[in-house]
Amino acid sequence: MQLDQVANLVIAGLLTGLVYGLMALGLSVIFGVVRVVNFAHGEMMTIAMYAAVVLFAAFGLDPFLSVVPVAAAFFVFGYALQAGVINPFITRPEHSQFMLLVAVAIIMVNALLIIFGPSARNVQLDYLLESIELGPLLVDRGKLYAALVACATSALLFAFFKFARAGKAIRACADNFLGAKVVGLNVSRYYALTFGLGSACLAVAGCMMILLVDVTPVLGPAYTLLAFVIVIVGGLGSMSGALLGGVLIGVSEAMAGLFIQPSAKSMFSFGLLILVLLFRPQGLLGRKA
Amino acid sequence: MNRRTFTSLLVLSIFLLGLPKLANAYVLSIATLILFFAYAGQAWNVMMGFAGQLSLGHSLYVGVGAYAAAGLYFHYGIGPWAGIWLAIALCVLLGAAIGFLAFRFGISGVYFALLTIAFAEFTRIGFDHIDWLGGPGGLFIKVENREGWDLVNLRGAPEMFYYVMLFLAAGALLLCCLLLKSRAGYYWQAIRENEEAAQALGINTFRWKMLAVVISSAMTAVAGVFFAFYYNNLFPEQIFHISRSIEIILGPIIGGIGTLFGPIFGAAVLIILADGITEILAALGWEFPGVKQVFYGVVLLLVVMFLPHGIWPTLAKRMGVSR
Repeated sequence: MQLDQVANLVIAGLLTGLVYGLMALGLSVIFGVVRVVNFAHGEMMTIAMYAAVVLFAAFGLDPFLSVVPVAAAFFVFGYALQAGVINPFITRPEHSQFMLLVAVAIIMVNALLIIFGPSARNVQLDYLLESIELGPLLVDRGKLYAALVACATSALLFAFFKFARAGKAIRACADNFLGAKVVGLNVSRYYALTFGLGSACLAVAGCMMILLVDVTPVLGPAYTLLAFVIVIVGGLGSMSGALLGGVLIGVSEAMAGLFIQPSAKSMFSFGLLILVLLFRPQGLLGRKA
Repeated sequence: MNRRTFTSLLVLSIFLLGLPKLANAYVLSIATLILFFAYAGQAWNVMMGFAGQLSLGHSLYVGVGAYAAAGLYFHYGIGPWAGIWLAIALCVLLGAAIGFLAFRFGISGVYFALLTIAFAEFTRIGFDHIDWLGGPGGLFIKVENREGWDLVNLRGAPEMFYYVMLFLAAGALLLCCLLLKSRAGYYWQAIRENEEAAQALGINTFRWKMLAVVISSAMTAVAGVFFAFYYNNLFPEQIFHISRSIEIILGPIIGGIGTLFGPIFGAAVLIILADGITEILAALGWEFPGVKQVFYGVVLLLVVMFLPHGIWPTLAKRMGVSR
């Protein structure tokens, strides 16, 4: 095994990991503010992936362009889902919220199965197969661009929470539900806004993911679990933790193929999840509750 | 138990005991499936409904129980009369280990649910790499003696499997009834409602939560053994899958968490309606994979939204029977 081969794998894992991170960021933001675990997260992402496939097949739209309409549609969808369905559940017990989103997830997966069938779909673009030579390293162009878009989207989200008025208001709602209400914030509106933003993040991640892998309906639950692993490892509710977790899982999945059987690579992820849950339940970057 | 409950139970028992005489093979298989999910739901209900610990990884115990008994039978010809004890022992060990880790490290709520999923998924991928048990290609038990009644080896006619499952489901109901009225049952409910308050009253919450996990996993192991010998084939991809765990908990949630008849009623409603819908759609020529599951999802969504305590408590009140 040569060093540059390992380096190539690490870079590929890092780039994929950034897209994973963006997906998990959506989950983390929603949990951090609304305190609801979105059990339909991966399923929503596969819907975004299918949306990109359909837009490409129908209008020849490049997924880098279809990001915009898909994200906008997901924002509206997420906003409506929170405002219409999830909001009454905010004060219900956890298992009740869980089951609600499990129900949403089951409907989504199987609706996709009915519409698109079980076979894999993808987007075929010539430049996805090209790679850029950087000295001894080969970087996949599709992966590189996808990772750049993921970074840009995350940066935008960070900036929104740091500087925008609405972003600050959302942070206030997350920090102190009652306090936010007292100072006159419309908490349920900000919750819906957060869910919309998280969904939009997810839509971007989905459009980028379709450049990297083929999509089938059953990927949904697998991505939900992956998002959980990433977010728990990074720290549920921590934004930078989600990105770090994504990169960590991306790189380790890429490396796992070298050392253990590729089919056993997610065993490593779940093992990591168990260890983090037991020894550092607040996650690597999370604060203690 | 009031008089009305007693009469209803008696009528139901006579009906269920006589069912194989009346029903055709299809109806009998549906009835067996309902009893299977009623039983597994009852087992899950001990942990969630009684003690308030949300497990989303019960497929782990079904799978390990199934593989333990099937492996013994497949390799050494040792029947489930012995395999069942191995299955129970393994699942109790697993459940105790997960419970110990979770409760010692103070993991609860969402985190506990995720931990149970993580263990089930970890095991699923692990079993894909155990060649001795067939790996991803599956483990198959020889189908034989389809006319007879070999209870020791669980090889026999569909009627035999029906009666075995009926016996198990009735046993589980009785056990849960006794548990709920016992000291453990009251402690569990106290923990479920308010763990800190229970602790302040001097209840050793760790010990009682452990007991709930152990009983629940042991009961689920038996479901796994039945599954292995009823279906005769096992695939890690199917038996440990998270959708299996969700299938198990649909019954109790739709029927009513924490009630005795809820899991049974929920399983019956769900499976009869789902199969009815599938039949109707098939008659209309709309046979798509996934239709049944969309239906599951919609029923679940409606129940959690509008009947958060499940269908059974509301219905039982109307009918004047105990829950």
